[in-house]
Amino acid sequence: MTWTEICSVDAIPLEGGVAALVGGEAVAIFRTYSGEVFAISNVDPFSGASVLSRGIVGSRGDVPVVSSPMYKQAFDLTTGRCLDDDSVSVTAYEVSVVDGRVLVGAASLEPAREST
Amino acid sequence: MTKRQRIVVVGHGMVGHRFAQAAVERGLTETHDVLVLGEEPRAAYDRVGLTSWFGHETGGDEALSLLPGGEYDDPRVRLVLDSVVTEVDREARTVTVVSPPEAVGDLLAHPGAVSIHEYDVLVLATGAAPFVPPVEGRGKDGCFVYRTIEDLEAIKAASLTATSGVVIGGGLLGLEAANALVQLGLSTNVVEMAPRLMPVQLDAAAGTTLVRHIERLGVKVHTGVLTEAIEGDDAVSGLRVRQAGTEEGAPTTTIDAQVVVFSAGIRPRDALAREAGLDTAPRGGVLVDEQCRTSDRSIFAIGECAAPGGTMYGLVAPGYAMAEVVVDALLDGPGTFTGADMSTKLKLLGVDVASFGDAFATTDGALELTYADAVSGVYKKLVIAESDAGDGSFRLLGGILVGDASAYGILRPMVSSGLALPDNPEQLILPAGTGAPLGMPDEAQVCSCNDVTKADILHAVTEEGCEDVAAVKACTRAGSTCGSCVPTVKNLIEEHFASIGKVVDKGLCEHFRLSRQELFDVVAVHGYRRFDDIVEAHGTGRGCDICKPAIASILASQTSTHILEPTTVALQDTNDAYLANIQRNGTYSVVPRIPGGEITPEKLIVIGEVARDFDLYTKITGGQRIDLFGARMEQLPAIWRRLVDAGFESGHAYGKSLRTVKSCVGSTWCRYGVQDSVGLAIALELRYRGLRSPHKLKGGVSGCARECAEARGKDFGVIATEKGWNLYVGGNGGANPAHARLLAGDLSTETLVSYLDRFLMYYVRTADRLQRTSTWIEQLEGGLDRVREVVVDDALGLGAELESEMARHVGGYADEWRETLEDPEKLARFVSFVNAPDTPDPSIAFTTERDQIQPIAPALIPVGAPS
Ligand code: SRM
Ligand SMILES: Cc1cc2nc3c(=O)[nH]c(=O)nc-3n(C[C@H](O)[C@H](O)[C@H](O)COP(=O)(O)OP(=O)(O)OC[C@H]3O[C@@H](n4cnc5c(N)ncnc54)[C@H](O)[C@@H]3O)c2cc1C
Ligand code: SF4
Ligand code: FES
Repeated sequence: MTWTEICSVDAIPLEGGVAALVGGEAVAIFRTYSGEVFAISNVDPFSGASVLSRGIVGSRGDVPVVSSPMYKQAFDLTTGRCLDDDSVSVTAYEVSVVDGRVLVGAASLEPAREST
Repeated sequence: MTKRQRIVVVGHGMVGHRFAQAAVERGLTETHDVLVLGEEPRAAYDRVGLTSWFGHETGGDEALSLLPGGEYDDPRVRLVLDSVVTEVDREARTVTVVSPPEAVGDLLAHPGAVSIHEYDVLVLATGAAPFVPPVEGRGKDGCFVYRTIEDLEAIKAASLTATSGVVIGGGLLGLEAANALVQLGLSTNVVEMAPRLMPVQLDAAAGTTLVRHIERLGVKVHTGVLTEAIEGDDAVSGLRVRQAGTEEGAPTTTIDAQVVVFSAGIRPRDALAREAGLDTAPRGGVLVDEQCRTSDRSIFAIGECAAPGGTMYGLVAPGYAMAEVVVDALLDGPGTFTGADMSTKLKLLGVDVASFGDAFATTDGALELTYADAVSGVYKKLVIAESDAGDGSFRLLGGILVGDASAYGILRPMVSSGLALPDNPEQLILPAGTGAPLGMPDEAQVCSCNDVTKADILHAVTEEGCEDVAAVKACTRAGSTCGSCVPTVKNLIEEHFASIGKVVDKGLCEHFRLSRQELFDVVAVHGYRRFDDIVEAHGTGRGCDICKPAIASILASQTSTHILEPTTVALQDTNDAYLANIQRNGTYSVVPRIPGGEITPEKLIVIGEVARDFDLYTKITGGQRIDLFGARMEQLPAIWRRLVDAGFESGHAYGKSLRTVKSCVGSTWCRYGVQDSVGLAIALELRYRGLRSPHKLKGGVSGCARECAEARGKDFGVIATEKGWNLYVGGNGGANPAHARLLAGDLSTETLVSYLDRFLMYYVRTADRLQRTSTWIEQLEGGLDRVREVVVDDALGLGAELESEMARHVGGYADEWRETLEDPEKLARFVSFVNAPDTPDPSIAFTTERDQIQPIAPALIPVGAPS
């Protein structure tokens, strides 16, 4: 697994997200209220727009989620699974925080979007 | 062979015609000759549809005629028009007829205008005449009644030189007449002595609902008013009235009018019968038995001139029944007329009105079940009583429907059948639309974007365990596209749980059991400033895209702090979070405020330059301003820097807040304008800009009643009058359009603003999340009347408080974009990628169409396309 260093953890707003480029792909990185950091693809599969980092972060039951800013579907931050449509999920990335720096694991990197 | 019998019918109106028709159809003419004598110059016509004559500039007579050729096919029925029967000689069994010479022809036995005809059977079908009360001046030019085509011709001629008219009488016919005056372009008044309209058919609440409808059409209704005199020299100039119940000499007012139509009831035309010595009823009408026979066995009376058992019926259906009964009697049949259902259903000035059965609940033990929706002007009442079966079930006795009489067809038969009502009879009158979706058929499509029916949604709830909108959305997709069906979906779910006795959760979402209004109060009482404190004390979990923006909005309307402060930034919907509207490809649009739609050439040039320099697509919006599309998120600050420097500010196109106050050009330029509508629109837009509210807010100001600003399609609409401003509230376009309705009239600018302050703050405080003003008013107990009590009458004593809250908002306003540009911390968020701030999002690309950019759908971007 290759780790890409992205930014300091404080650069991610609490209960908010930022977008980052990891190996040419747009990744959304979120920090939840409890301070945990998660990363999933930034591309909203319903619109194709690269915007998930701009969604509202919250919870559904015990699951930390972001809701897409485009059409509001919720995505599980831990797995990338869409909670409003079983057939849809986005890539989830490994994250680790070392000395206040956020690293995203690139081993599980898959193309988040199919190029035509 | 017996000699053929001669039947003479007096009167060729609706009922006389029906008699002749039935005589032919049922074979009476095999043995009888029928002579019909009619006073009017034309054969019978549809008097019920009289008002539609105005719709036909020419050919109205033919359209209404019940006998277009003027002759019956059966030669044994002869019709002579223009002929008045002046006398009945019962001894000789003859009638005397006066006709103008041209109508005489070879039919009549005597030369000249007077003829005598023998009869074996005489049928009186002389109808009724309008009652003209003995009001001083009633003979003046310009006074009319409303019964025949000639009356309409005369009214139409008079209307050419008149500007206003008044109808005396607010019953069924009076409202018909008022409709006619409206169609003739007169400013129309209706005066009614009783305290409500249609006092015979409607109760007070129904009458009030009807008044609202009718006033919406511009008819002024004066109830509880006595006519003292008709003023004017030879011609009518006005109507002097005073309050009913006051003494003579009490103060009077004069209603301006050049046309007066009497519609104060009808009187049976029984003079001919009376003079012939036939018995008449005490309250008028020829007294007849169950076979419609008068006190003379060879004379019958039918229709409005008859009083079977002493009661006359002012409707056509009972008259038709009587006509059939007489034909039956002459054929030795058993038919009787034993009274009629006085149920009525009509469209008055486009308003459905129905009244049936025991509408006034006079039966012992009768109970009333009412549904009223003041916003859409629907009032429905069922009168029910416990049924005799003793099983606790109910039966229907009668009812009243105003505004929506679609249920009449099901309800009226239930009265006559006496069948037990379903367990939840209220479903019969609850609206089929969003209000009570259970009432709509299962196959009704609720979500048109995803073709989801009511049955699908109920299935999700009952079979799949979905308990809220989110679950139903996930399960059926209803509401997942444009979202306009979400309120209906929500109602369906709530109604279902209510119907099975489960407490309906009004909570905002899974994180809060409180409604928006309750949260608003909680925040105000505790003075919360942070979501964290609120969710800790009153909710669970970490919130979602429903509760977070709602709380952000509540905090914004209570505190005026910038929406991108660290405490609230994470709560904002993406549009608010970037102070711009997200577009399908992830770019944003930029909408600078252009108050009232007024803009200088310099500012137009700046917009043009900015759009050119940043290569943005420009479009004039439906809200009288200019939208610049295609800005990347990281470009927004630079674009706004230019705009703010040129004097622009945020247009809040992204917020649930005031959008625009649309204006028409008004008195400054327009030859019809009576007030400065642009000036007021700008003032109002600047006053309420930035006000965060449960849903977006729009306003409009028109300079005169022509309403070019479409103010009544707005949450608040102002229309100029000679004396000031009329204030309308609760309008919107969108998925469920609603017309704003009058809150108060002829206001000074100062009063207008204070009412608007109160109205808007009351809405902000109490409305549900994403509830436009129209639905808020609709769901408020008491509806618009309640709003008026609070805003105009200050019934809750809240006026000053609401105004001072608004004053705080106005005083605390600052342009969100200007403040953002001044704060590096806020600007820090406007970057494409944290780790590559200079790389624009490679998935965004444009093509060119009609000389401007257009987004290429991300999935369609060819590999290697320039980014
Ligand atoms: C730009 C514009 C269309 C245009 O090209 O003319 C527009 C565009 C949008 N409208 Fe609209 N509406 C625009 C005028 C209208 C009008 C006409 C008007 O205001 O006279 C209406 C009907 C009138 C009304 O609102 O009562 C209108 C009814 C809606 C609705 C339905 C509201 C409803 O109560 O049913 C929505 C959806 C919503 O708000 O939930 C909506 C939502 C939207 C949004 C914000 C949807 C979104 O979230 O992306 C669109 C993006 C705006 C943007 O990117 O700037 N827009 N929209 C108009 C902007 C006006 C402005 O200057 O601010
Ligand atoms: C504007 C309007 C709207 C109405 N709307 C409704 C409605 O919605 N529903 C409803 O049920 N009813 C309605 N009515 C009432 C309905 O029109 C009457 O109930 C119906 O016309 C009665 O029929 P008739 O034949 O008894 O009387 P008419 O139709 O009045 O016919 C009587 C005829 O007899 C003629 N006549 C009278 N005396 C003599 C004489 N001595 N010699 C010769 N001819 C004579 C008259 O000129 C007239 O032509 C409405 C009436 C009006 C005016
Ligand atoms: S509403 Fe009246 S004042 Fe305004 S532009 Fe139209 S006609 Fe002129
Ligand atoms: S109608 Fe249901 S989402 Fe559009």
